[in-house]
Amino acid sequence: MKKSTIAIYNFSVVAIALLIALLMGAVLFLIAGGNPILAYHVMFTEPLKGAFGISEMLVRAAPLMLVAVGVAISFRSGILNIGGEGQILIGAVAGAFIALSFPNVPKYLLIPMVFITAFAGGALWGGLAGWLKAYLGVNEILSTVMLNYIATQIYTYLLRAPLIDPQELAYGTGIAQTAQISQNAWLARLIPGMRLHTGLIYASLIAVAAYLMLWKTTLGYRMRACGAEPLAARYAGMNVRRYLVLAMLLAGGMAGLAGGVELCGVHRRALEALSAGYGFSGIVVALFGGLHPLGIIPASALFGLLIVGADMMQRAPDVTIPAHIILAIQGLIILAVVSCRIFLTHRGIRERILGYFSRHKED
Amino acid sequence: MAEKIELLEMKSITKRFPGVLACDSVDLELRSGEVLALLGENGAGKSTLMNILYGLYKQDSGQIFINGCEVTVGSPLDAFKLGIGMVHQHFMLVPNLTVTENVALGLCHDRTFSLDLEKVRYRVMDVSRKHGLAVNPDAQIWQLSVGEQQRVELVKALALGANLLIMDEPTAALTPQEADELLDLLREMARSECSVIFISHKLNEVRRVSDRVTVLRSGKMVYTGPTQELSDSELADRMAGRELRDFSRRVYKPLDENIALSVVDVHAKGDMGFNALNGVSFDVHKGEIFGIAGVSGNGQRELAETINGLRRVQSGNILLDYWNITNQTPLQIIERGMGYIPENRIHEGTIPSFSVRENLILKEYDTPRLSHKGFLNREKTRRFASDLVFNFDIKTPDIETPCASLSGGNIQKVILAREIERSPKVLIAVYPIRGLDLGATENIHKELLKITESGTAVLLISEELDELLSFCDRIAVIYEGRIMKTLWARDTNKQELGLLMAGILTPEPAQKEFEEERA
Repeated sequence: MKKSTIAIYNFSVVAIALLIALLMGAVLFLIAGGNPILAYHVMFTEPLKGAFGISEMLVRAAPLMLVAVGVAISFRSGILNIGGEGQILIGAVAGAFIALSFPNVPKYLLIPMVFITAFAGGALWGGLAGWLKAYLGVNEILSTVMLNYIATQIYTYLLRAPLIDPQELAYGTGIAQTAQISQNAWLARLIPGMRLHTGLIYASLIAVAAYLMLWKTTLGYRMRACGAEPLAARYAGMNVRRYLVLAMLLAGGMAGLAGGVELCGVHRRALEALSAGYGFSGIVVALFGGLHPLGIIPASALFGLLIVGADMMQRAPDVTIPAHIILAIQGLIILAVVSCRIFLTHRGIRERILGYFSRHKED
Repeated sequence: MAEKIELLEMKSITKRFPGVLACDSVDLELRSGEVLALLGENGAGKSTLMNILYGLYKQDSGQIFINGCEVTVGSPLDAFKLGIGMVHQHFMLVPNLTVTENVALGLCHDRTFSLDLEKVRYRVMDVSRKHGLAVNPDAQIWQLSVGEQQRVELVKALALGANLLIMDEPTAALTPQEADELLDLLREMARSECSVIFISHKLNEVRRVSDRVTVLRSGKMVYTGPTQELSDSELADRMAGRELRDFSRRVYKPLDENIALSVVDVHAKGDMGFNALNGVSFDVHKGEIFGIAGVSGNGQRELAETINGLRRVQSGNILLDYWNITNQTPLQIIERGMGYIPENRIHEGTIPSFSVRENLILKEYDTPRLSHKGFLNREKTRRFASDLVFNFDIKTPDIETPCASLSGGNIQKVILAREIERSPKVLIAVYPIRGLDLGATENIHKELLKITESGTAVLLISEELDELLSFCDRIAVIYEGRIMKTLWARDTNKQELGLLMAGILTPEPAQKEFEEERA
């Protein structure tokens, strides 16, 4: 069978899965009392109508991409990282601490310092779950989810007490957020007046690097081998446990970077709800991107569009559907994408379907 | 209990898998009280045909009749209700349930909530006593060796009261004595008006046990008739469709004085924490083929894993080319020049989702031959893999095909190619021909013989006595984690090995002869 045929087939399967998810979403729109056609129309076209929409979409894409690349690395190595939320927060607060402590360090030094700390914070949080899995046999789904709660509470505590903005105390407003970080730690904005920042470029570079790491290096080969068949990896002399921990260090680190991007690129301070669900949405993006870093780049743009589109839909005068419905749509997309995997991986099914179509072409 | 099956007929059964015609209009007939042998090479369609009868596959066309009435076997549950039981080649047991619970899985379909395990346990013990099949009803399946699991499968089918029993290569894991007993048991069952379909590619067993034989080749029925009518060689010809040879025969030559692998009083624990190896000692000389005979589950797997650093040595020493490799990491041992063809070729020997190319480089990827500064050189890995595919005649559409879609024989060739390419000092081959057809077996043996020429020592762990006798220089028999005796292959025979494998020592003390051997 020709490779191009298979590529078209795979693309069609994913497209149909997405379509089915959106159709089911339409039912939710109807229940919420909205017009699904109008709602989807606003959701998918409104953000693309102007620079602002596109900028906002890509602002969302950057952290999604980082988290998703981390998820792909971990998944390929045989461990699933559901702890993105916690890792984002730990990364962000670690980065904020450095940025607030050294406000006068020049930009070219401070930004790397902040991002290295953010990476390290996330890596610590992810690596912990990896270590628990590798050496104590703790299921990573349980440990990462639980670590999310712990991270959220630590984060909130730090924002409310030691790191709280002195001004908040002075004015007595007490909003849980840090002071604004030094300008030296700000990521440059790409378009004047828009929030789109250089974080997107860094995220894309990291995605490409992750692809090269996984498929072109001996390290990536080892990590994939450990994930695909730990018994054979051990047989070939690989230390499977070590690569489990490494995978989670990297996955956590990527999520930590996402926290750093939000910190330095968007909010310029650490504040509550900074993770904005990217830790979970990132898993959807990774699955939708075929757990492949190069597939994740467009997938994160698409999900950025969905998030911004949902927001605009909520505000559109004649739609009146709350933006939170996008979470339900994301859930439906996960279900559809995961369910359609059998069509992608099972050769028998693929050949039967393609055979059916080729027969009809002849008729 | 199901109605007794007086007559089973399968008519023009056709089953197509993507790209393969597994069964091409096959007819089969079986009367009560009869043992029918189903003979054929791997991939001839034997298992497919039987899986259709057992309700695991649905035929594309053709019908099944029992006592003249057409029946539909949509699932194993239907088969069970019809009185058809099957013992599979790959065991269908739940690893973390006990023997009793596994049998209960088949028994308690009619009740949803109540489960009288005590009764099932009693039934298991009853069946195992009656048929002389020793199983511990309370052992969990994962704790059992392959041979023991096979026995559980037998007990399970018998306990379910099947009156038509399909046996898919049931003697593969048994000692000759045990196999004899099983064959007698099958004859006994046939006499008590049961019927048996016996899948095998061992001609002597087929001859001993069966009344009639049906031979399949590439999905087609090529012969059916009384077993007596054809000679062994005629049967073999029909099965393979070409002339056959014996196992490659070893030409006798004196042992090289250099010792490639030395195992000295090694003790190791099994998965269960029991002692699996209780002081194993032997030397394998350079260029020698040294066989380990034994019923599976007597420490063979543990021995192979211990030597390869995959299992801890509790005490004792292992020397590879006079280097102490005791409890070194698998990687250190590989780099020291150890090659290993593991028992589990699909999940340990290869990574099924990886391509043939990625599997072939599994032990060489991190050398300057294939990578530079941590980056794999795609062109070099491609050439490396293509060369091996060509030299070892691995049948694959291309080197990027996932290993999972190769046949068993070709998966084994991938492993063999990878291990031999490294010209190891010692190659450990565990059941290398298990489940392979004659063509693939010949091929594997040819390659193993070839590398001994260049000085590689081969440690061959096998349960195939014909293979060991014709192929090895010396054979050690392992029983309950001990070497019973080490013998020259040319001075021994099946009977002697069979007795040793069953733990029965012939008069002269084993250790003495072994000492002489070493001196």
